[in-house]
This record gives sequence, structure tokens and C-alpha cells, in this order.
Amino acid sequence: MTKVNSKSSNIVANLHTSLRSGSQVFELEVKSKFPSTGITAILGESGSGKTTLLRCIAGLEKSVKGLLEIGETTWLDDKRCVPTYEREIGYVFQDARLFDHLNVHGNLQFAVKRSHETVKKAFFEEVVGALDIGHLMQHKPDQLSGGEKQRVAIARALLIKPKMLIMDEPLASLDNARKQEVLPYLAALQNKFNVPMLYVSHSTDEVCRLADHVIVLHQGKVVIQGSINEVFSSTQLPHVYQQETSTIIQAKIIERDERWHLVKAEFDGNVIWLQDHNQFIGRTVRLRIIASDVSLSLKDEKESTILNRLEGRIASIQIDSRGATALVTIDLMNTEVVAQVTRKSIDDLFLMVGMKIWTQIKSVAILG
Amino acid sequence: MGLTDSDINAIWLTIKLAFTVTIILLIIGTPIAIWLAKTKSWLRGPINAIVALPLVLPPTVLGFYLLIAMGPNGPIGQLTEQLGVGLLPFTFWGLVIGSLFYSLPFVVQPIQNAVEAIGQKPLEAAATLHSQPMDTFFHVIVPLAKPGFISAAILGFAHTVGEFGIVLMIGGNIPMETKVVSIQIYDQVEALEYAGAHRLSAIMLGFSFIALLLLYSFQKRGLATKFRIGR
Repeated sequence: MTKVNSKSSNIVANLHTSLRSGSQVFELEVKSKFPSTGITAILGESGSGKTTLLRCIAGLEKSVKGLLEIGETTWLDDKRCVPTYEREIGYVFQDARLFDHLNVHGNLQFAVKRSHETVKKAFFEEVVGALDIGHLMQHKPDQLSGGEKQRVAIARALLIKPKMLIMDEPLASLDNARKQEVLPYLAALQNKFNVPMLYVSHSTDEVCRLADHVIVLHQGKVVIQGSINEVFSSTQLPHVYQQETSTIIQAKIIERDERWHLVKAEFDGNVIWLQDHNQFIGRTVRLRIIASDVSLSLKDEKESTILNRLEGRIASIQIDSRGATALVTIDLMNTEVVAQVTRKSIDDLFLMVGMKIWTQIKSVAILG
Repeated sequence: MGLTDSDINAIWLTIKLAFTVTIILLIIGTPIAIWLAKTKSWLRGPINAIVALPLVLPPTVLGFYLLIAMGPNGPIGQLTEQLGVGLLPFTFWGLVIGSLFYSLPFVVQPIQNAVEAIGQKPLEAAATLHSQPMDTFFHVIVPLAKPGFISAAILGFAHTVGEFGIVLMIGGNIPMETKVVSIQIYDQVEALEYAGAHRLSAIMLGFSFIALLLLYSFQKRGLATKFRIGR
């Protein structure tokens, strides 16, 4: 898990705005503080205010009130509102928004010329290489595919050398194949360029794969925010995402079993078997264990097809009083895993906090 | 072609007038067009209507008011006298002012349409790339609206060349000063010099056709914003 360094600066966004379109009024009321490192995802259904929040942070919405601080810099308070063109952000729009009158090279140079820092040729080459757009330089935007446009837009935003990269569902306008084309670039970007990213998405898959920190919006308000694992293993997830409740852990590949095509991964002293996708030994992978894929047993069910069985202790039981299910948090060595089970099972097995229990993990998604 | 000196003077004067008016209109028409394309102010409707007035008013009405305004008791006349340039009616610069009003919609509307077609999106993208408003104007709006500007220039020029009524009202027919081609043709017809009238009319016909051909071939290639007004 990415630990937030207490010395690293934070982004404080206490924003309020109301937008009118026709007779409809949309209110956004956000109070949030998140680390200005890593990737912070803003998750929510359409209409929850994700894009509006980004536009407020970028200064593109005019009627915003509140406080916006990026580390030491204040972009918005009672006295001033820094115009968009003075905010050091890179903004990747949902629809790329390349300039049609310029070719790819011209679009990138537009950013290079206006960056507040000198953009060295080596950095330019690095960005172009990272997004693999070197062969497109002479193309006009209308000659590019959706995925290519989006990659150029991301490169353009990086070349401004932003203090923060804002991405508004950069994959939303792409079909699945194109999504798979761009996603690996996104995952690699943060590591490579070390720019804090604010990433809007309605896809929990994308968020689980990329984000370190999550803000969940619903109807213009923050429902829950925290580290990716805190948010996804929480009972506070809005109803639409309850099926997505899961544990997200970082594990290290330690051993390969050639015979069964499996690899052994270790996290906090626990060992788990994963399918072998040619992961390097020693590599750290992010794993997602969906709560409904975890079942509980009072003893170790050796005569079971489930490979991953870990012993732990029940740390908490949260019952959804309106539904049939409960969320059980199990304390393994040093990690907590959540399991979604029926209330009936809890009653039948007399499950209680502090009990020893075996967790059976039916499937683990490897997020890369 | 057998043009007389007087014909050539009229042609030269017409070109000078149209050129001057087009340049000035591009400079003052552009901010008006951009404002009209972007504003949400209640003034949008009234200003739009004022800009479009010359499309529907008889040139004589416009000429009449301008004549009074530029006369010794009119506000423009008093201003020009105080500035020491004298009275403008029946001078070249009087014609320029009249033409500015008369051709304004032909320059403002194509630019306005082009800027509306660009929309907010590229401008927001430019702002996030540290582009200040003037920077965005020159490096995003102008290149993207270029076809609109070309339409505006062609129409502004051609329409100024083609005006008659307003010139007659505030310019008269002073050779080298206010006697433009359309007036020269009128004079020739009045004097029953049909041969001379034929020559100049043919030139005007050819010029106007080529100007419109240029305009519509731009539009056909999707380069220019559609222009649907005109008389």
C-alpha cells in the first residue's frame, strides 16, 4: 500500500458551485484533502459531479467558491481566483481536444512553448517514447484513431510539466480494444514521470488498477474517501458499488511452479497462489480480492478445490441490516481481508469478533 | 479595353475605398464578432440587431442619418471639426465611415459564425496549456476561424465595391474623391454614354462573379463558414 508521507504536501479542495442548465440546478459541495502524490481517483456514476470537480480544480468553472490549495500554492480562496492559464496543471479531456489546425508535433510544441519550465529535448523524447507516438508526428488530428488522439493529448499535457495531471475519463470515449491499448501507458506514466495524477472514472476496474487514493462522489457530494484499500473494503461504498467491495493488496512474486503454471506471491507474511502470467520473480503486483469471492470456514477445508486458504481472526462484522449480507473483516498476519457472506451464515456458524477463522479465496485478480 | 482616365480613376478609388474599409472592418469587426459569439449578456440580441440593420435598411436611410450626423450640427461633424479635419460629407473619409456601417454585417457575421463553430472546447484546452487570452486569440481562434476571416474579407470588400445608394447620399460624385465605379456608371447612363457604362458594368459583373466564386469554392471545400445572409 502506498503510505502517505506526512511531509509530502497535500491538496486541499473545499469547493462549492452550483451550475444551472435550463431549469436544472446541479450543486457540487466537496470537502476533500488528498495527498499530492500518486494517483487519486475520483469515482462516481455519471452525473455525480466528477467532471465538474475537475473543472473547478482547473479553474474552468467560473462560479466556484471555497478554498483550493495545491501544496504551498493557493489557487482559490476568498480573495483570489488564479486563472486557468496560470495553474500548473496538465488536463486530459475526455474528448482529447487536440488543435485541428496543428499536426501532432504542432500540438505538442504548443505545450512545450508555454511550459513554465524549459522542456529539454531529452524530456520531449522521453514523453513521446513513453506514449509511443513518435511515428505520428506529421499526422493531423483527424488522421488519428481515438486511442492515438488520447495518447497525444496525454503527452501534450505532460509536456507542460504540470504540478498535477488531471485526467477526465481519458478512456471513456474508447472501445475496449483501444482501452487496453492506452491503459498500460497510464499505469506506467505515474511511475515514470512522478507527476501526481487526479483521475476521473466510473469504472471500478480502472480505479482499482491505477489509483492509490480514491474519492467517491455521489450527487455532488463526497461519500467516502481514503486509500484505495480503505475505500474498497469499506461498508460505506455507495449501493451501486457494493458488489465491488474488495481487498486490494500489494504482493511480491517469490516463486514459480512450472508444473502447475502457478506463481507464489507473498504479502505481509501471507502466501497466496496466482496464475502464472510470466510475472518476474521479485516483482510487486497489485491484487484485488473481491469480497464475494471470499468464503469463511471454521476449519481448514483441505478437501476443497480452493487453493488459497489462509488462517486469521475475525476483526469486525458489519451487518447490512436491510439486506441479506454482512461484511466480515479478517485479520491475517498483518493484512485485513474482507469477505461478503450472508447474515444467515454468520448466525449458523456463530461467527464473532476475535474468533479464529479460515478464509478461502476463490479468485484473485492480478491488476498489474 | 478603352477605359477613359475618368473610368480608371473611379476604379482606383473604388479599390482604395474597399481596401481601406475591409482592413478597418476586420480590426473593429473581430472583437464585436467574438463578443457576440461568446456573450451571454442580454445585450447580445440588441447588438446583433444593430449590426444586421444595414441588411434591411434602404441605403438612403443610412446615408441620410450619417449625412446629418457628419454635418456641422451632428455629433460626428462637431467632433471632426474640433479635431481639425473638417466636415466629412463629400470626402473620401466620409465614404469610408458610411461604408464601415454599411458593410459591417458582412464582416461580423462570418467571423461570428466561425467563432461559434469553434466553441469553448479548444479555448479551454488552450487555457490549460498556459495560453493567455491574447495568445489563444492569435494561435487558436485565428487559425481555426481562418475560413471565416477569409469569407469576411471577401464579402466586406465585394460589398463595399458594390455599394451605390449610400455613396450617392454622403459622397456625391467628386472625381478622385468620391466618384466610385457604381457612380461613374450611373453618370454615364444619365449622359447616355452606353458604351462606357457597358465596359464598367462588365468589369463589375466579372469582379463580383469571381469574388463569389472564390467564396463558394472555399465553402464547398468546407473551409469557410456558411454564409447565408445577403440581399
